[in-house]
Formats: sequence, structure tokens, C-alpha cells
Amino acid sequence: MKSYEEINRKIESKKAVVLTAEEVIEYVEKKGLEEAAKEVDVVTTATFGAMCSSGCFLNFGHSAPRIRITEAWLDDVLLYSGIAAVDAYLGATQLRHNDPANMDYPGTFKFGGGHVIEKLVAGKPVQLFALSYGTDDYPRRELRTYITIHDLNQAIMVNPRNCYQNYNVAVNAGERPIYTYLGLLKPELKNASYSSAGQLSPLLNDPYYETIGIGTAVWLAGARGHVYAEGTQFSSLCERGANDVPMEGAGTLALTADMKKMNPKWVRGVSLVGYGVSLALGVGIPIPILNPQILKRTTVKDSEIYAPVVDYSQDYPNRTGKILGRVSYAELKSGEIIVQGKRVPTSSMSSYAYALEIAEILKDEIRRGEFLLSPPLERLPLGKSMKPLPIRGRSQ
Amino acid sequence: MNTTKKVLFYFPKSETEKPIVYQLVKDYNLMVNIFRAKVTPDEEGYLLLDITGDSSDIDRAYQWIRSLGVQIREDVKGMRWDENRCTSCGACITQCPTAALHIPNRRTMRVLFDADKCIECMNCITLCPFGACSSQF
Repeated sequence: MKSYEEINRKIESKKAVVLTAEEVIEYVEKKGLEEAAKEVDVVTTATFGAMCSSGCFLNFGHSAPRIRITEAWLDDVLLYSGIAAVDAYLGATQLRHNDPANMDYPGTFKFGGGHVIEKLVAGKPVQLFALSYGTDDYPRRELRTYITIHDLNQAIMVNPRNCYQNYNVAVNAGERPIYTYLGLLKPELKNASYSSAGQLSPLLNDPYYETIGIGTAVWLAGARGHVYAEGTQFSSLCERGANDVPMEGAGTLALTADMKKMNPKWVRGVSLVGYGVSLALGVGIPIPILNPQILKRTTVKDSEIYAPVVDYSQDYPNRTGKILGRVSYAELKSGEIIVQGKRVPTSSMSSYAYALEIAEILKDEIRRGEFLLSPPLERLPLGKSMKPLPIRGRSQ
Repeated sequence: MNTTKKVLFYFPKSETEKPIVYQLVKDYNLMVNIFRAKVTPDEEGYLLLDITGDSSDIDRAYQWIRSLGVQIREDVKGMRWDENRCTSCGACITQCPTAALHIPNRRTMRVLFDADKCIECMNCITLCPFGACSSQF
């Protein structure tokens, strides 16, 4: 019905009709699907939460004399240096050197890779310490200096897995408190923790990846970026509801964008007691309303999206596959769910409030003609499932 | 008429040998509810508490406490919530025992902090993933 080119022309002439994935629900109820599909050009989706599979490639530039870095640290956080001389990858979950981790249980994990990334984006100085063995052409064997993101030639965020389509609701059916990546879970189902923007979340509004694919332009922490691949653990073959919306993890996205153009508000180091460090990121993805079916997908609401409740004291660590039930995001957001007949208070690890703010920002950028859409170069794979890792001996 | 005051007693250096709380109860007829205390011999320390009683009794108690060289600070907010560090993820909501950290509007899901409800349990300080909560002492 509409093409990417038509929508982009309307965006360029600042005439595009843009709604957030929250606003579109009521709009379509009022106008009817067919009429609304003619009017609406773009629906903005967004999410903000901890995304552990995130990090960045950095290029430091060459010192005199030169060094071919073999090991390097930024603010005592180890970088991966097994690439070219002054390139490195800084990962979100890398702990700071000498962090006692969980030896002093539960560890507090105050600072790590995610926090260094936050400091870099905020333009703050960080200490670079690097070692090498020295070669004829790269004689330097050690360096210590202070850098900011402005000194770097490149700082490109490259995240193998962001934007999980849906996610577990974590509870603890055991007898002692447990510390997880979804926070502190009190024993005997005294609280539940979830992590999704529900009706605002990008892939819940495009359950079969009809518009979000490889090459899709995304808003990553304020910078224009792209989907560069399917995310790791991408698993489109999953349980889905009658509305095709996954009722478990499912799809993921690999995202990249220029970190120099990001806004530090949306790039935040995360400390998870007893678990580790991570990075919380804000992502916004525009969905072009090419036809009424695509619009229909974006009208999905919290009460129609279900997440599995999983016991993180036994079933998650041992990968039993057992779930304690399913609850909707409307129930989760109300502050209380029922699990095995018990009332359980809920809280979230992702921020709906920030997701809403991002969906509004992206809406404004598109309305002002500043953010054009890009059609996917390739669709994300539909028949893909996630393989487990068998533990076997050499000859088995 | 009874009034309740949230107050911080600050001990510049060891006045800690006197059983202050005991005397507040016995000699000044005050009800005492301690939130936080750090009282170590030969070091500075503090006592953060609610005291309830007749306002003239509270005044007399203050005079006596000041005479010991202990400073009195009212309206102390030991717990600090940094609105700019808070991302409104809500991870604190089920960990805060008095709903001082709360979500008043379930549509926008913004987290707010009500200092009057805070009992300084400090759960949020250790558990906030973003370091939004901190202690001023």
C-alpha cells in the first residue's frame, strides 16, 4: 500500500504522520484499521534495559614510538586486544581488575565494562594502560595515558545481542534469597522480576520481522545505527500466541552505531549485586506502516503479550525447561501477579518510562525530517531455533 | 501534646559512654525508634532516630544532649535518591519495605521517592543497578 520511498519522501517534507506504539493502539481503535493504515506512516517502538551482549570497538591511534598492543585496560577493565595494533574491543560485562567478584558473596560489582562505556560516551577521561612484547616495527612495550572519546579515531558500538523479543519473568521458589541478572529474588515467591517494554518493545510490534531486518536503521542511544545481523541466540521458532507474538525469548537483534554520537543518558553502566556488571541501553526502532497488516501488529497491547514465569532457584540454572505459568505485561505492570495461586509483587529491570521517552524522541526526530527509514537488506531468519550445548568427552 | 521528630545526633568524638537512649526514655519520657546508628568508642558517630513525646520534654532532652557536646540535626535525609541517576527501571520497588520508592502512575511507570516514608533500611543503596540511591553519611 505504501513504499519505503513514499514514506521517506513524506518524512523529508516533514509531513509524515508518526505515532508511538502506545498511541497507535487507541488511534486504530478509534479510526479503524483500514483508515488508520492510510493515515499513519510510521510507528515508533523503543526499549531501555540491561543488554549484556554489548560493547565497542575502539581505535586509539598510534603513539611514538609505536606499540602493537597485546593486552590493554581502560580504567583497569580488560579489553580484548587480539586484533590489529591499536584496535580493541571493550565488553559490557568485563569486571575491573582485582574485583573480588562473588568471593565476598554477594559481590557488589560497582564498576566494569559497562561503566567505562558510560564514561566514554559522557566524554570523561579514562586511563589507558597497555602492554606488548615489542617488535622491530612496534618497539614500545608499555604505555599509560589518559584518553577521552574525542581522542579516539573510532568508537563504534557493536552489540551481538540486543532487544530480546520477549523475556522470562524471574521468581525464586527456593528457600534462600538468590542474586540474579534480574535482581535479588526473595525466597518462596516473594517477588517477581521482568524485563521488557511490552507493548512498546520493537520486536513485539513486528513479531515476524516483516520490517525489522538486517540493514534497518535504528536509534541507538541517540545515534543513528543499524541492525547488522540477527542477534545471537536468535530463535524465531518459539511458542507464539494466536496473535503470532512470542511467549518466550525468541528473536534478538545485533546492533551497531557510532558511539561518538550517543547521548550518555541512554548508555548506563549497571551493577547487579551477586551477579556482575552490564550496560543498559536505550533503543528505538521505527516501523514503517506499509500496509494494514503491519499496522495491526503494532496495535498489540500489554494485555495480549505473555511472558513465562521461571524459577531461577532451580529450573533456570539447571535448564529444566519448566515454567510456573504465563502472565501478561498488563498484569506485570500492575505491580502484582498470581503465581501458583500466590500473590507476588512485581518489579522490572527494564524501564518503561525511559522506553516511552525514547519512542517520543524518535517520533519527534522523524516528524522533523531528521530520521529517515531504511528498508532491510535481508529478512531475519524465520525457521531458526536455539541449540543447547551438550557436555561430552572427546570420543563421544 | 505528643510530637514526633526525625533527628540525627552527631557525636564529634566519644561521648558514647553515656547511655543516651536510655536516659531519653527514662528521664525525658520519650519514645525512641532508631533507624541507623554508628557508635564506635573513640571515633565520631551518629544516631538517626525518631523521637516521640511532649514538645517540652523534647526541648529539655535537646538541652541535655547539647550539653554533652552532641550536635542535633533535624530534617536529616540520610538517604539520597538521585533523580538523574534513576532510570525508573523499578528494580527497587519490591525491595523497599515502606514504599518510599514507588510508582504513582502505572501508565507512565515513573519511579518517585518519598523521603518521609524512608526508614533508611538501605536495601536500595545496595540493590539499585544504576547507583541512584546513596547515603549521606
